[in-house]
Amino acid sequence: MTRSELLHRLIAAHPPRQDSLLPILHSIQDELGWVPPEATEPLARALNLSRAEVHGVISFYPHLRSVQPGRHVLQLCRAEACQARGSAALEAHVRARLGIGFHETSADGVISLEPVYCLGNCACGPSLRVGDEIVGRVDASRFDALLVALQEDLA
Amino acid sequence: MTVRVFVPADSSALAVGAGEVALAIAAQAAARGSAIELVRNGSRGLSWLEPLVEVATPAGRVAYGPVTVADVPGLLDAGFLAGADHPLALGLTDEIPYLKKQERLTFARVGVTDPLSLADYTAHGGFAGLRVALSLTPGEIVAAVTESGLRGRGGAAFPAGIKWQTVLAAAGDEKYVVCNADEGDSGTFSDRLLLEGDPFCLIEGMLIAGLAVGARKGYIYLRSEYPHAWKTLNAAILRAREAGLLGDDVLGSGRAFDIEARLGGGAYICGEETALLESIEGRRGQVRAKPPLPAIKGLFGKPTVINNLITLASVPIILARGAAFYRDYGMGRSRGTLPFQLAGNVLCGGLVEKAFGLTLDELLNDFGGGTASGRPIRAVQVGGPLGAYVPAQDFDLPLDYEAFAARGAMLGHGGLVVFDDTVDMGRMARFAMEFCAAESCGKCTPCRIGSTRGVEVIDRILAGEDHGTNLPLLEDLCTLMIDGSLCAMGGMTPYPVLSALKHFPADFGLADK
Repeated sequence: MTRSELLHRLIAAHPPRQDSLLPILHSIQDELGWVPPEATEPLARALNLSRAEVHGVISFYPHLRSVQPGRHVLQLCRAEACQARGSAALEAHVRARLGIGFHETSADGVISLEPVYCLGNCACGPSLRVGDEIVGRVDASRFDALLVALQEDLA
Repeated sequence: MTVRVFVPADSSALAVGAGEVALAIAAQAAARGSAIELVRNGSRGLSWLEPLVEVATPAGRVAYGPVTVADVPGLLDAGFLAGADHPLALGLTDEIPYLKKQERLTFARVGVTDPLSLADYTAHGGFAGLRVALSLTPGEIVAAVTESGLRGRGGAAFPAGIKWQTVLAAAGDEKYVVCNADEGDSGTFSDRLLLEGDPFCLIEGMLIAGLAVGARKGYIYLRSEYPHAWKTLNAAILRAREAGLLGDDVLGSGRAFDIEARLGGGAYICGEETALLESIEGRRGQVRAKPPLPAIKGLFGKPTVINNLITLASVPIILARGAAFYRDYGMGRSRGTLPFQLAGNVLCGGLVEKAFGLTLDELLNDFGGGTASGRPIRAVQVGGPLGAYVPAQDFDLPLDYEAFAARGAMLGHGGLVVFDDTVDMGRMARFAMEFCAAESCGKCTPCRIGSTRGVEVIDRILAGEDHGTNLPLLEDLCTLMIDGSLCAMGGMTPYPVLSALKHFPADFGLADK
């Protein structure tokens, strides 16, 4: 199936109403890992919206990506409860280890780093999320082990 | 004889290895020929002991924790399937002081039952409230909620009964019940714990709300940062529908009610009720001006009950046990219980459901056991990123909405983030403004622009530049944000900033007042 066919199939799976927009965008990102620019026009047409309205929604929600990410998206919690448990030091270690900052992808295309504000694991932080898994009590050595697993695609 | 073994499938437990522990127990018990039934329960809320494994014995459930994969062979050798002693043994779960001292009303089943078993739910008192509600008129249900004294658990603490009465009295055939499960505050996880541990309780609460106000459709708006809760919630809705609890004929009553779950997009502002409604409708999550109130003109322009998840999940027990039962807990105008969440640098972090009125000190020290680092507690942020930093001299405060408000703080959703004496409060104040700048919806100027200017002026103060100009400027900016913002995002971001400045001036390069 081409990407265009996939987009049309995902759009057609929902009722053609404005309130279907976010569920459709989620389904697109679940399939592709991001929301490619060519999704905007068919979405606007199907839901009877302007392309500006669709773009406005995509760009509003931090969860939705309009740039293709690396193979694994790693979200590091920056919120207060994780800060109280040493997340600032972890963040510095992660940046140095990956050689990238937030919203960037490692040169080998394996890891994209994103900030996240709370994963609801506030008594067991510092926390991060990879795909749909939450990892808690992360320190530098636990992160390094996780990184090796991700690079070898074991995680 | 088959032994029941409980290993939580809660996010916090999974985050520290509960999935691997469950696999190891299943495989190694099978290899030894021991018959076990593995139940993936929710979390008991004793987060520092996760993964917390329990074994059912004739004397009751016995707990072990925190269990790692490496501990599993030793536990089996020691006979933990019979509840035998082991260095990780914690005794009978119900006798663990942290749990025993609690008053679990809303969280009575969380961690106890299989979250997706309707049989378990019913056997532990589930649907008793719904059955009572089905025998009452809408006005009588609303009266029970009003008399219970239940107030909104999302933070604003508005009386739930009054909100429901407004929707009941509003004209219109089409009305909605919306559950706010966009639990974005750092230091809070009670919504997630309930969703992952007892989702039918929320469904029952929403059914009762639907009967009370005459709504046939409910929406649950869950944040995208909770992937495990999303799966559990959707599975629970499906099972409730199959069992005839949701649909055209709820439990054969002839009344219709169905629920749809919607996933958010990582925007903190969507926890604000009108932004949440915009988001469900398929737009950017921008705050609406009030009035009109959502109770009059809410989702799709229709009268809407929008409540926090814990508010709705507290309704079943109120109907089942009566308004007076619930109202008898608590102090002053804060009735019932609040599930407090101990988070951050705290030794015994987790969920503590208690009646309002215990002091902050009791919660932090008697339950929390002080900091995890072993250093003194310097400050506690209560009520999320928009809540004030409370210094040690205020730990005598009783946990009560009005007592907190009187000292310029707020209880909010009941989350407490503990910091030890290494915290730099100047940096935390800066972070509050930085967070607001990142998460502002952009609708009103004081919040959108004020937060960025706030970061800049705090940077100047921290760099020691012209305090005579910059301090009054920061205070003036905070006043403007409090008075001029459309919602709590811009309107309350100054609370952590001003409280940090007031109680910890040395961290801003100022002499102690």
